[in-house]
Amino acid sequence: MSQLKDSDNSVWEKVIAVRSETRFGCMDLVNLLFDSFFELHGDRCYGDDRAVRGGLAYLDRRPVTVIMQCKGDSYKNRKECNFGMPLPEGYRKALRLMKQAEKYARPIITLVDTPGAYPGMEAEERGQSEAIARNLYEMSLLKVPVITVITGEGGSGGALALAVANRIIMLENAIFSVVSPEGCASILWKDKRYAFQAAKDLKITARDLYDLQIIDYIIEETDEMTQLADRIKTVILKVLNELEFKSGDEICDDRLKKYRNIGEIKNI
Amino acid sequence: MNGSICSRCGGYGNLSASRRLAMILDEGTFQETESGIGFQDPISFPGYLDKYKKAAKTTGLEEAVVTGKGSIMGIDTMIGVMDSGFMMSSMGTAVGEKIARLFESAATESKPVIIFTASGGARMQEGVVSLMQMAKTAAAVAKYSEQGGFYISILTNPTTGGVSASFAFLGDIIIAEPGALIGFAGKRVIEQTIKEKLPDNYQTSEYLIKHGFIDRIVERGDLKEVLYRLLCFHQKFDGRAVDVTIERQ
Repeated sequence: MSQLKDSDNSVWEKVIAVRSETRFGCMDLVNLLFDSFFELHGDRCYGDDRAVRGGLAYLDRRPVTVIMQCKGDSYKNRKECNFGMPLPEGYRKALRLMKQAEKYARPIITLVDTPGAYPGMEAEERGQSEAIARNLYEMSLLKVPVITVITGEGGSGGALALAVANRIIMLENAIFSVVSPEGCASILWKDKRYAFQAAKDLKITARDLYDLQIIDYIIEETDEMTQLADRIKTVILKVLNELEFKSGDEICDDRLKKYRNIGEIKNI
Repeated sequence: MNGSICSRCGGYGNLSASRRLAMILDEGTFQETESGIGFQDPISFPGYLDKYKKAAKTTGLEEAVVTGKGSIMGIDTMIGVMDSGFMMSSMGTAVGEKIARLFESAATESKPVIIFTASGGARMQEGVVSLMQMAKTAAAVAKYSEQGGFYISILTNPTTGGVSASFAFLGDIIIAEPGALIGFAGKRVIEQTIKEKLPDNYQTSEYLIKHGFIDRIVERGDLKEVLYRLLCFHQKFDGRAVDVTIERQ
């Protein structure tokens, strides 16, 4: 590993950049993408997680349900959002809003940006595994379109629990990984310093994931936020138009097929 | 050691898939399905093939889960057993595919599904493709369940990460063996996050039942009978009430 060239650091640099506090978050995008965002709170069981927020909004005059992960933008805010790491009640709130969307035939748009589900005592106590598993189960049966936009960090199961979608859109500089590069390096090579190597090997960039047929669209980034939001909006609307005339069962089958076909099996 | 239970402390050792199958199923009834799905390397991860080969050699298995059909005291069922001797029974494409197909054939054949889970989580060496197996298996359970299928998951030591956060916690009935480690995040990761030592009983079966996340803790030696009783409760009612505990005597 000592013979690595400088260029091999490029993915790791991407990881650093996407985690940076200066990168925009979902809250910066929500008002540019949608009109009249109206937040709804609470999972009706335990609490209101601030790392997952959601509510009603209009997308090009069409009512939609929006669910997004928030890291916060000031120190106080970031702490309140638990640095974007959801607790089980965050996933349960998301599921509650998704079921509500299904009832009123509203498409669901999820914006994903999380280092991962919160690995803490209270999260385990309140059933982090169950909450994520339940979302995967229920999302796969939803009869309305689900579109996921990975805007920043797609951290493992904590991201997937909001990303069982008919289409996954990914921003050019976003990442999506089964494990953090640091976590992978410390497990495989017992040394976090090899995170840069893991970042490269894990194939976490939008381009890699497009080639693996896991994501469906890559959106080219620009510093001009309004323009970026317009680009995202165009793709979301395109997908919604594709799904618009399908029945609930067809929409559900379309999603099931996407996940059923991931990972082509080569028989021995 | 009997059934891999320590005669001194009563602690449970991990069982290989074949020993587990022998303990649970009626003799000679197991028929493996979905064999031939072995090494998948979707992201060409360095060193993965060597690790896989080593695991295959030590366990004699082609992947971390064995799936098939058999019977428990005469009742037919589909069954999957994860073997923690195979790369910590991590879930990659092959494991996800075998689990999904198990539910699909159970739906076609109108049979119950029993899965013994054990896993360190998603298999890192397959990148996001392994993460997606969580969605694939959860969707398979959902589809099967919508058709009225009955699924029992038995959580054994350890059931963590991507497996606990997908099909393991989606059983209609969830059973755990005593003292099993069950949770989402690894203990070390949590300790690093909260900068505190965790209590000993943390993330055990006993902790989970206290917090309401599993139905029962069942001793290894009682599992076969408990599974039989649960299968009986879920058989089609033919007009005759059956008290299985009495009938068996």
